[in-house]
Amino acid sequence: MELLTLTVHELRDMIKSKKISSFEATSACLSHIKKTDDTIGSFITVLYDEAIESAKECDKKLAQGENSGSLFGVPYALKDNILTKNIKTTCASKMLDDFIPPYSATVENRIKEHGGVLLGKLNMDEFAMGSSTENSYYKITKNPYDTSKIPGGSSGGSATAVASNEAYFSLGSDTGGSIRQPASFCGCVGLKPTYGRVSRYGLVAFASSLDQIGPMTKDVRDSAIILDVISGKDIKDATTCKSSEISFEKALNGKICGKKIGVPTEYLDGINEEVLYSLSLAIENLKQLGADCTDTSLKLYKYALPTYYLISSGEACSNLARYDGVKYGYRAENYESLTDLYKESRSLGFGDEVKRRILLGTYVLSSENYSAYFKKAQQVRTIIIEEFKKLFEKYDVLVTPAYPTTPSNLGQGGSSIEMYVGGNCLACANLAGLPAIVVPCGYTKKGLPIGVQIIGKPFDEATVLNVAYALEKTITKQKPSLMGGTK
Amino acid sequence: MYEAIIGLEIHAELKTDTKIYCGCKNSFGNEPNTQVCPVCMGLPGALPVLNKKVVDLAIKAGLALSCNIEKCSKQDRKNYFYPDLPKAYQISQNDTPLCTNGYIELKSKKINIKRIHIEEDAGKLIHNKNGTTTIDFNRCGVPLIEVVTEPDIRSSYEAIEFLEALKEILEYSEISDCKMQEGSLRCDVNVSLRPIGCDAFGTRCEIKNLNSFSAIGSAIDCEINRQSEILNSGKNVLQETRRWDDCLKQTVSMRNKEESCDYRYFPEPDLLPIKVSDEQIHAIKERMVVLPEKRRIKYINEYDLSEYDAKILTSKKTLSDFFESCIASGGKPKDCANWLMGDISKILKEKALDKIPFSPDCLVDLLALIDNGTISNSSAKIVLLNMFKSNDAPDVIIEKSGLAQISDIEKIKAIADSVILSNEKSVKDYKNGNKRAFGFLVGQAMKLSGGRANPKILNEVIKKALNN
Repeated sequence: MELLTLTVHELRDMIKSKKISSFEATSACLSHIKKTDDTIGSFITVLYDEAIESAKECDKKLAQGENSGSLFGVPYALKDNILTKNIKTTCASKMLDDFIPPYSATVENRIKEHGGVLLGKLNMDEFAMGSSTENSYYKITKNPYDTSKIPGGSSGGSATAVASNEAYFSLGSDTGGSIRQPASFCGCVGLKPTYGRVSRYGLVAFASSLDQIGPMTKDVRDSAIILDVISGKDIKDATTCKSSEISFEKALNGKICGKKIGVPTEYLDGINEEVLYSLSLAIENLKQLGADCTDTSLKLYKYALPTYYLISSGEACSNLARYDGVKYGYRAENYESLTDLYKESRSLGFGDEVKRRILLGTYVLSSENYSAYFKKAQQVRTIIIEEFKKLFEKYDVLVTPAYPTTPSNLGQGGSSIEMYVGGNCLACANLAGLPAIVVPCGYTKKGLPIGVQIIGKPFDEATVLNVAYALEKTITKQKPSLMGGTK
Repeated sequence: MYEAIIGLEIHAELKTDTKIYCGCKNSFGNEPNTQVCPVCMGLPGALPVLNKKVVDLAIKAGLALSCNIEKCSKQDRKNYFYPDLPKAYQISQNDTPLCTNGYIELKSKKINIKRIHIEEDAGKLIHNKNGTTTIDFNRCGVPLIEVVTEPDIRSSYEAIEFLEALKEILEYSEISDCKMQEGSLRCDVNVSLRPIGCDAFGTRCEIKNLNSFSAIGSAIDCEINRQSEILNSGKNVLQETRRWDDCLKQTVSMRNKEESCDYRYFPEPDLLPIKVSDEQIHAIKERMVVLPEKRRIKYINEYDLSEYDAKILTSKKTLSDFFESCIASGGKPKDCANWLMGDISKILKEKALDKIPFSPDCLVDLLALIDNGTISNSSAKIVLLNMFKSNDAPDVIIEKSGLAQISDIEKIKAIADSVILSNEKSVKDYKNGNKRAFGFLVGQAMKLSGGRANPKILNEVIKKALNN
């Protein structure tokens, strides 16, 4: 049914012009979810009744001519590490299986103010640690393009919900590529905003200096629309910067003639042939549009991942220490002392990957190792930031493949070294706090999506979105058929 | 044989309206878990935002203690597990404290202050009679300054002297309430011994759970004795943390694993560095009140008061401020001091009042009325009592109650004559040399006048009348 394949901007225009109601769109989504999600597994929680109520409210307000915000009545879903008041928020972990937050994240409040209709909470790697969504306590999520393949992670459900048309847009979180890699694997547009652009208040923290919430959408215009809604200064988050003076949606014009685009050659190391081919096509298209594309170099490229792992693990082990079985979350049934309570609750409540990261983080922060590992990583981070600064004196944006490989098979072990290593091109943007978007730029012969990444200067989402917007127009709209039956 | 090397670690709760990292109210004594929010409860997804007033008060404390104020400092996470610490880390300052290198001058010596930094308080564990422990998170996130001294203190006496001076400074500057009984002032003590003349430090022990100044004094003395005995018997002092037991009156070893804890300090990524400008420091300095020691020096040198008087007058800021306002309104220092320290303090205590309910001007007016003879000293005491009850000015009270002193000689003569006429025996006694009879007659006359006769004039008149 075509209704489900609409973009956010198409749907909201139709709702605003009364061609369709939020109730109809929401019902369609919920029916579709009922049919497909047993296979795909995007959702941990589906809010059947609440979503219908919410949609009816939106329709009522629209009928009464009340100000509808920019998302009026459009159904969406949230990664399950974004807090929703009175709605179970689990981070796909046994530790928070029964956690019902007393407050909502700032981004959720902002979407609500603009009239979004929440469909449910999406599956993810536990506490956002992983790149295949196989580390979830609840279920595996499957790639709609080929259900034997991983959708990517940790925002796997966020990508599959949008890719399989279960939701019109979703929010994910990105610490080392967790929006962009699944976006690439599922043929979506995934944006990681500049660090400080979007409030983290109400996002369950993984790595505080790296985490950012971002939109997962069907096209670039939608991404800009959502960014307009969720971004901006939040007094509850001291790391947010002042709000944008421009509307990102209004700034889209597709004009990139004369823009200087750098292509760091280090990213091409060991990448899959088909990925390389798609990337080359994308670069050709950008040149056709008048952009000036040249090869360049990011010398510290190979240090990105180790630096990322040291910093993120250190911050994560501290952020996850609050899950101690005392105040909320899982508490073991049998324990004999306080120490036992901590040990048992955390051993049983956390999955293996989470424990791995906590152990690594505890090690690198310990007083004997701090200088050599954590502090050293932060110092390398500064040098990486400096290198990007120099590159951005010459270039407006950098273009890289979104990921060196195409989606691998499910069941290969989401924590393999290969999975870790693949993230080099993504982690850089988190370390330097840069805005980065992934846009679909082709398919493998077997019909798996391939994405291209565009990285921009701090707070220059406008240029990043514009280059993505221009590129998107040149990519053929013809998609291979999906599991779930909508094209 | 040995000298004691003592250092103090003091935590003082800051007098801000709200907590250090969230908007919850900063107040004491509420129902458990009613002053909490996602931030101070450490709920998932919550983030800290620094309360600027906390920095202002910490800078004020640094200035009051003659510290250097760091222009750029950061906050760090101190990681450890304990039920009263909801995030399992405390946001504190590790290697970049806000203030460094200060001191307090005691009578005999200077005690140097190594550092002052800001941090958040933890919650309170309540050990119930049924064996369970419950947690009250109200205190989580209350702002603290931690003041650490150099090991310059040599005795329990000096320690208490230091603490009293520190308490006075923090109270006057309205930085902290400093109520040990409410926990807004806490102190841990580090004690070690070394042979006199030796430079190297001995092994030190930390003493915790000290809930009053006297406990601190006792604990220090007890610990010095304990360590002396160990060293005298040829053994070594074990480095440990000990708990003061106020019932047993001794320190007890705390064999908890918490002692040997690696806090895995790292910079708090959710907060920005604290940048302090010269203008900010200057503005705070401008608004600072004159500290008690400086006031005492002024009272002694400029107002000619005794050291004892100066100490009493500065024992409370409100009293000192009141006194100084009286002087500013033209009051005579000695008179004002006497009344404040005497009758006024007595009434305040009897009525359990914190504050004098009338203005300094009122007191100055009252004293002037005594001076110019409008009322007698004793009448003034009655007027004073009334000033505590009503809002009326002294002269209004005098008029309402008819307490104005009688200074009219004719009137006094009439009273004297009346008394002499009705007390023949006493007059005879006086004329026979009994001096006390004179006092009796004066007393009777005073009574007849309703206590309002000008005593000096009355005395003269009666003397004159008797000698006739």
